[in-house]
Amino acid sequence: MRALANDISIERWTRSSRLALSTMGAVLCLLALAPLVLGAGAVDRMTALFVYVILAAMWNALAGYGGLVSVGQQVFFGLGAYFTIRLADAGLNPFLSLFAAALITGAISLPLSLFMLRLKGGEFAIGMWVISALTHMLVNLDRLIQGETGTSLISLNVYDSSTRRAVIYWLALASMAALLGALFALLRSRTGAAIQAIRDNEDAAAAVGVHVIGTKRLLFVLAAFGIAVAGGLWLASATTFQPKTYFSVQWTAYMIFMVLVGGIGKFEGAILGAVLFFIIETFFGALGVWYLIGLGATAVIFSLYLPRGLWGEIERRFDLQLLPVGYRLKLPGPTKIQWKQ
Amino acid sequence: MIDTLIQGILLGGYYAVIACGLSFMFFVMRIINLAHGSLAVASGYGLWLLASKFGIPPFAGLLIVLPVMAAVGWLLQRYLLDRSARGGALLPILTTFGLAIVIDNLLFEQFGADTRSLAPFIGSLSYDSWELPGGIYVGKLAVLMMATAIALLGGLQLFLSRFALGRAIRATAEDPDTAGLVGIDARKVNAFAAAIAMVTVGIAGAFLGMRATFDPYSGGPQLLFAFEAAVIGGAGSLWGTLIGGVVLGLAQSLGAQFHPQGFLIGGHVAFLLALFARLFLTGVPIVSRARIGKIRLFLRSKT
Repeated sequence: MRALANDISIERWTRSSRLALSTMGAVLCLLALAPLVLGAGAVDRMTALFVYVILAAMWNALAGYGGLVSVGQQVFFGLGAYFTIRLADAGLNPFLSLFAAALITGAISLPLSLFMLRLKGGEFAIGMWVISALTHMLVNLDRLIQGETGTSLISLNVYDSSTRRAVIYWLALASMAALLGALFALLRSRTGAAIQAIRDNEDAAAAVGVHVIGTKRLLFVLAAFGIAVAGGLWLASATTFQPKTYFSVQWTAYMIFMVLVGGIGKFEGAILGAVLFFIIETFFGALGVWYLIGLGATAVIFSLYLPRGLWGEIERRFDLQLLPVGYRLKLPGPTKIQWKQ
Repeated sequence: MIDTLIQGILLGGYYAVIACGLSFMFFVMRIINLAHGSLAVASGYGLWLLASKFGIPPFAGLLIVLPVMAAVGWLLQRYLLDRSARGGALLPILTTFGLAIVIDNLLFEQFGADTRSLAPFIGSLSYDSWELPGGIYVGKLAVLMMATAIALLGGLQLFLSRFALGRAIRATAEDPDTAGLVGIDARKVNAFAAAIAMVTVGIAGAFLGMRATFDPYSGGPQLLFAFEAAVIGGAGSLWGTLIGGVVLGLAQSLGAQFHPQGFLIGGHVAFLLALFARLFLTGVPIVSRARIGKIRLFLRSKT
């Protein structure tokens, strides 16, 4: 807390946010112990939840902070899984392959960003979809994949199923914690201030000297890497690779749903959205088509009537910030400032 | 080889028809409607339903489906797009993407996973062809689609330049606030424009059903084709969509000669090459280009 004149002070950490961060740490520790007590099905479901949190946080980083709405992020999900298969086939340990694949995907996204980031708005959105469709076709050409028939991560079979399940769970948990931590640290850094400035007003940010394209590129590559990790984890957990399921636009639909409902451009919002999506899927996923119709309709309704999402509303009404990535101004006396992040 | 080229060029007619609505909405409202393909497929299902259940042939069915599509466009603009466009440039992308998911899955719920086609209801038109000298056959349907594309684009151009409403649409596209000063209600004009765009989408849906099969999830690929044709031709330019459609059709037909999957790959690669050329050779960013430049390009394309 920094004191300024007239008892005005600027603070970043509040009591509630310190409490939230330590609670989060405690929850992560508890989650790490979960495979020892939970059944096989529950462990798999929790792994899926961690993947959803990664997807939501990464899509939020791109769209919420970078202002880059993409409907082709499934390309990185698919590539993460594809390169895992490729590397494992070449003899690399499957778990190592997973992270090496994500690094390769991240590296590919860098030259891609030079090209795609020149597009704006809807053109970037659908342009990414075209990239995804093309990549899907090219992956199908690989003989190892056998077209739409797909293949599986055979080398995982050397581990017995319970070890495998627990290791994937821990990897997913650790990846989620690391990616969220990295994003949190990034948003609080000097670059983070630039990122949030771009989110609020790109032209104004450029006017005060923010390197807009470079900052966006960083987010693009981070999102590609994170989503590739998620794709690799999903493959490890499901073991089978069918290009159609991994390069499906439904992954982007899920990401958009989670972030829109949770709160676009809010760090906590993506996590909240992923947890809500997980709960909804658990209870209504069996409804099939109507479940998907509900997801789409909810996304439309949120974008029209609650564009800030649930967390945006919570933050506005209760002036609550659990994981602060911005600063807030504290005035003496009863006046309370409505502070936009 | 000549045969492939002719088929490719004629295929471009279909792409021009499906792209012109997307391009038109982008020109007027600066919205890319991600439900574009899904709406075309919905229109295809509408015609299929009329033909198979009530015995109304698709061309007569259009008399029912097109007014419905116009109404859908009007309502869409009035109650969804207008509202979401006020929330910033990114929101309409999310809204229309959500809408596409709803439409696709409602179609799946209603019609199941079976692929459908309108070909059985249009008699011999789906396979009839004219023989050109040199033993080259051109499908009557393909020629009809190309003729429709040219008529549609010409009609739109005539409408935009000669009619009061068309001029109002152009004025709104250029500057909604100034248009408001001279008594043009931008919301009404935009709703009209959306209605017109949806009529073209309805026609595209009919052609989709006549020339091929479709299923509830065909909307995504159709959106990509429309988008690719529109971007290759220069987004927001009317006659450009015809050129874009032809380039896309040619690339796909040539791609198919090389590999079974080459049809789609060829189209996507042509799109990326066109984008690459635009971005790096001419240095003109596609959308961030000054508004005036866009309008000028649009007008130039009509002279």
